[in-house]
Amino acid sequence: MVSAAQRPGPPLWLLAELTYRCPLHCVFCYNPVDFATREHELSTDDWLRVLREAREQGSVQCGFSGGEPMLRDDLEILVAEAHRLGYYTNLLTSGVGLTEARIAALKEAGLDHIQLSFQDSTREVNDFLSHTRTFELKEKVAAMIKAHGYPMVMNVVIHRLNIDHMDRIIGMADELGAEYLELANSQYYSWAEVNREHLLPTREQIERAEAITARWREKLDGRMRIFFVVPDYHERRPKRCMNGWGNVFLTVTPDGTALPCHTARMLPGLEFPNVRDMSVHDIWYASEGFNRYRGTGWMKEPCASCDEKEKDLGGCRCQAYMLTQDPAAADPVCAKSPHHHLITDAVALAERSGGRSEHPLVFRGPAESRRLAKAGGD
Amino acid sequence: MSATVDTIPAIGRGFRLQWEAAQDCHVLLYPEGMVKLNQSAGEILKRCDGERDVAGIVTDLEQAFGANGLERDVLAFLDMAHQQKWVQW
Repeated sequence: MVSAAQRPGPPLWLLAELTYRCPLHCVFCYNPVDFATREHELSTDDWLRVLREAREQGSVQCGFSGGEPMLRDDLEILVAEAHRLGYYTNLLTSGVGLTEARIAALKEAGLDHIQLSFQDSTREVNDFLSHTRTFELKEKVAAMIKAHGYPMVMNVVIHRLNIDHMDRIIGMADELGAEYLELANSQYYSWAEVNREHLLPTREQIERAEAITARWREKLDGRMRIFFVVPDYHERRPKRCMNGWGNVFLTVTPDGTALPCHTARMLPGLEFPNVRDMSVHDIWYASEGFNRYRGTGWMKEPCASCDEKEKDLGGCRCQAYMLTQDPAAADPVCAKSPHHHLITDAVALAERSGGRSEHPLVFRGPAESRRLAKAGGD
Repeated sequence: MSATVDTIPAIGRGFRLQWEAAQDCHVLLYPEGMVKLNQSAGEILKRCDGERDVAGIVTDLEQAFGANGLERDVLAFLDMAHQQKWVQW
């Protein structure tokens, strides 16, 4: 039980993952690798109820993501209701399907913010870098976003296959008129974990990319703000994942499963509630899934006696589980973890291998998803 | 461009100010983020409606809270808020 003194704050951030369907095939996608086995999407009415219930519990930020959220033709209805309820509404999209008619309807519905992500696969990296089809789509979408009075915010996932093109990537974001650019190094979950040997850059590559970013910041003189998110494999202390388990973030997946983060479903021995069966209030305050790793009470050594435990809260539970098979272990990114060598070994392999792997690069898609789900034995 | 008594401040583009009962305070929402405001910041910002000038805002605050000499504090806060793009003029 959670006593009054420990009662967590409200779920300030609601991430509505409307669908796992997506026209893209990104090799770093954080949707679960078995997404194709979960096809039963929430209805419009279900989502409207979730929006109302979460708002009653104090949610203020609402992110509509996926998959590609533009594939839901009720997006405008959901945005309008979220806006009416008092959420700040964010759309996270690749821009595929964002037509003039739909952006006008979304604006009318009260959409506050659009984050345009750079769609990615090796083919598309080349396409983007060589100024062809993808660039034309981005150019069109960027112009629409600006014409409707939104700030132009771009997100590019950075990994070994594109990190050496940093100069070109920032240059293109500038040409597209981006006011904010997030260069987010890939984190190794889901599809990115399957492809880790292909995607994990070397320390030298990251340092070079950071230096290029710093030069651009100087040159742009505030015209575009650039955020460079360092990959945690190259750190010695773990990230405060999701700002704490069940502390701020509530993710609702396409089938209604409520999660403290979008990858938590992988954790064993833990039941996560579904918005079809439980209210957002009970999910947030009373469900076992949300209480299990809250705070610091669940910790083992070396976390339990660590003087930094309140700062990083032991790091990421999914990363701990993926790498040590124990979801209550310290995140191996931490140099104090007895498993830290798993991280340094992966980085050392990245240095040695030149990004070559005996496994083929796996593109996200329904067929591959079903194959991986079968291989995983679920 | 510092604020003066003639400045007419409005909430910045892309920001939204609202009262949050769950947090018992005013908050300023922006893309993927939120600032929790203390009482005085909330009281100043909710008067930044793009119609009143700073002189009017100060008079209104002084009346509402039975205080005097708030002008300097309000100007200093607005300059900081302007730098953060919370307000524009």
